[in-house]
Amino acid sequence: MDIDLITNILYAMIRTGTPLLIVALGEMVCEKSGVLNLGQEGMMLMGAVAGFIATWLTGSLFFGFLMAIVAGVVMSQLFAMIALGLNANQVATGLALTIFGGGLSAFIGSSFVGKPIDGLEIIAIPFLSDIPVIGKMLFAQDLIVYLSFVLFGIIFWFFRSSRTGLIVKAVGENPHAANAIGLPVLRTRYLAVAFGGAMAGLAGGYLSLAYTPLWAENMTAGRGWIALALVVFASWRTERILLGAYLFGLASILHLVAQGLGFAVSPNLLAMLPYIATVLVLVMMSRNQGRSKMYAPISLGKPFHAGA
Amino acid sequence: MNTPTASFQPDRPKRLIMQGITKQYPGCLANDSIDIDIGVGEIHALLGENGAGKSTLMKIIYGLVKPDAGEITWEGDKIRIKDPAHARKLGIGMVFQHFSLFETLTVTENIALALGDEAKDMKVLAEKIRTVSARYGMALNPDRYVHSLSVGERQRVEIVRCLVQDIRLLILDEPTSVLTPQEVDTLFVTLRRLAEEGCSILFISHKLNEVKALCHRATVLRAGHVSGACLPTEEDASSMARMMVGDETPISMAYDKVQGQDIFLQIRGLSRISEDPFGVDLKNINLDVHAGEIVGIAGVAGNGQEELLAALSGEDIIKNHDAIHFPCGPVGNLSPEKRRGKGLAFVPEERLGRGAVPDMSLKDNALLTGFLTGLIKNGMIDHESTDSFAKKIIKKFKVKTPNSGTHAKSLSGGNLQKFIIGREIMQNPRLLIAAHPTWGVDIGAATAIHQALIELRDNGAAILIVSEDIDELFQISDRLCALCDGALSPIKPAPSTTVEEVGRWMAGIFDTDVCDDELFDKKSVSAQATATAVQTH
Repeated sequence: MDIDLITNILYAMIRTGTPLLIVALGEMVCEKSGVLNLGQEGMMLMGAVAGFIATWLTGSLFFGFLMAIVAGVVMSQLFAMIALGLNANQVATGLALTIFGGGLSAFIGSSFVGKPIDGLEIIAIPFLSDIPVIGKMLFAQDLIVYLSFVLFGIIFWFFRSSRTGLIVKAVGENPHAANAIGLPVLRTRYLAVAFGGAMAGLAGGYLSLAYTPLWAENMTAGRGWIALALVVFASWRTERILLGAYLFGLASILHLVAQGLGFAVSPNLLAMLPYIATVLVLVMMSRNQGRSKMYAPISLGKPFHAGA
Repeated sequence: MNTPTASFQPDRPKRLIMQGITKQYPGCLANDSIDIDIGVGEIHALLGENGAGKSTLMKIIYGLVKPDAGEITWEGDKIRIKDPAHARKLGIGMVFQHFSLFETLTVTENIALALGDEAKDMKVLAEKIRTVSARYGMALNPDRYVHSLSVGERQRVEIVRCLVQDIRLLILDEPTSVLTPQEVDTLFVTLRRLAEEGCSILFISHKLNEVKALCHRATVLRAGHVSGACLPTEEDASSMARMMVGDETPISMAYDKVQGQDIFLQIRGLSRISEDPFGVDLKNINLDVHAGEIVGIAGVAGNGQEELLAALSGEDIIKNHDAIHFPCGPVGNLSPEKRRGKGLAFVPEERLGRGAVPDMSLKDNALLTGFLTGLIKNGMIDHESTDSFAKKIIKKFKVKTPNSGTHAKSLSGGNLQKFIIGREIMQNPRLLIAAHPTWGVDIGAATAIHQALIELRDNGAAILIVSEDIDELFQISDRLCALCDGALSPIKPAPSTTVEEVGRWMAGIFDTDVCDDELFDKKSVSAQATATAVQTH
């Protein structure tokens, strides 16, 4: 393998891993507050279609990403109204949101399938992007990739040192105790869900506006589900989510490379690789129950009734 | 003894006055026009049995529950307490019975969460926690994670969390139920000191001797209304008990202590590493339970009781099968069902979910452990005998329920407890293991359960009781020991040990054969011996 191939593999690894990283970070914040939103796939699809249509109509990528985020937030608040406002079962509500988002996005986007737009440009940072091997991977990416680095840093800091992060953790661990000491349980949860929605919408927009700048029905291809698995197997730890997302990216690229090099393995089997590799590695890492329990939100998925 | 009345001034200004407080829950009048007032610097007891309305009243004070009617006057102003945040702002703090702490956070983080914006700088707060906890004699390390703290330490965190704020009224809900007798004494010193500084304290309890030792005044609740008010130092325990339970109920009984016959349950070298990071490892436990005796295991919750019970009941299979013996041989590798087949009956700590299935009828719940007593014929359920078995339990143990078809979850805690205990006792087990047999049960029912246990013992069954209630253990156990951090203390016949000694065991001090005087004597003897040795040289 020559050095160019490795450079390109690493570059593509980041690009492929980015949407997964964004949506998984959002879901992690949501789950840390004790809310299990299985609607990631639906919110991503709505973000993708809303972003694509907005950009196609106005020509503005900025407006496209904005609409992608708005679509994600709107979907997430639909979930919040039912699951938090009416205390419905979170699993069922989330599943319904995914099915709803998949159908609605296909319906809205049906006349936009195959239409072309100009995707997000690569911004190479002078000098830094010339560093061999890692220069292209880290410093010749598009804006959203850079944004995902920043978001990772913020969320890492948020749960490590911020008071608000502490409140989110507390609400996810024991909402009744949090209520008893006067913390706003429901408001925290609504906001966490909205943040998860914004991130899912952004990730969806990234797929349809940057990664493959076009709209296709069901184009998220299960990334929302992988993100959900990622959060659990990463034991709700920010740095492990980053690792898992890029691992998934790497495995996705490797299977394309393997096909290109003409390995005599069924391409269908190779296509399974990213999913299997990601899950396997993270399962191995989260095998120590004791460690992961320190980070898991204990009241995940349990509805909260004030005053009960 | 420190008598609280000495410092009592009836004319002290009132901090909190509540008048005509009423709260109606569906099917239950929890608070019926309750009047109570608490003075500045007063320690006021709120006495009552489980279900008397104590919890509801204090939740109203703390803003967790809104009253249907009634007036609250706080330091002279009529107010409505909107929510806990509002209550905290007024200077009302509460220490919950089931702590409202976050296990995965540190002590400082837990306290910071309750403080709001004042707690911006964690280092300053940690320092403040150190000073406050040292000042009131409650040592705390602010950097420890709460899940690594003992129950007593957790309570300190809750109290310190109230103290770092400007506290005017401290509510403590059954604070002593999780403490060793020595820890109770330390807590009382802290509370008296707080009261002397002008803080009002509402002390919720059903333990009369504690109320007598600590409180200036007492209000007694029964079935949702005030059944009496008194000065605890001028009453004796039985007159206060009468106010609590009414006239009809027998209050307590003394039972004969007996010696057991042959060993039924033999535990030898039982050790187990807990898989739960918040669990406790069992450390080399040795214990014999003889037929025809009651052995009591005291201890503060979370010291390995759950783990020990799971190993004994068969929920956890232990690696070393020989560690648990019945007369028929080692049973450490047998399932709960097989152990039941060999004479075991088991009453778990959790009533709903473990002791009974909430959504099943009492009849079906009776079948769940009673299936070995001929309720199943050729693999089919014999509905008729199952139903009559359930009805027998309901009748004998006075379970208040419309019929045997009622769902387990619709029974009150105490009623369900009677049913579960009854179900196990009626099977005439040769070994009964029961956790907290009278937890949450009213005094009358507790007496009935005690009598049934004694009767079972006198019929030759071996009985092992795990309880946090030290008075109960002394009342019914023939021999006593305590569990601390997964290790078992020495065991002694109940009449030859004391509450203080068991309290030391509960705190992990097991060297009970050497009491202080003896220690002193030995020292002087050995000093003499040394002196003689020196002289002869």
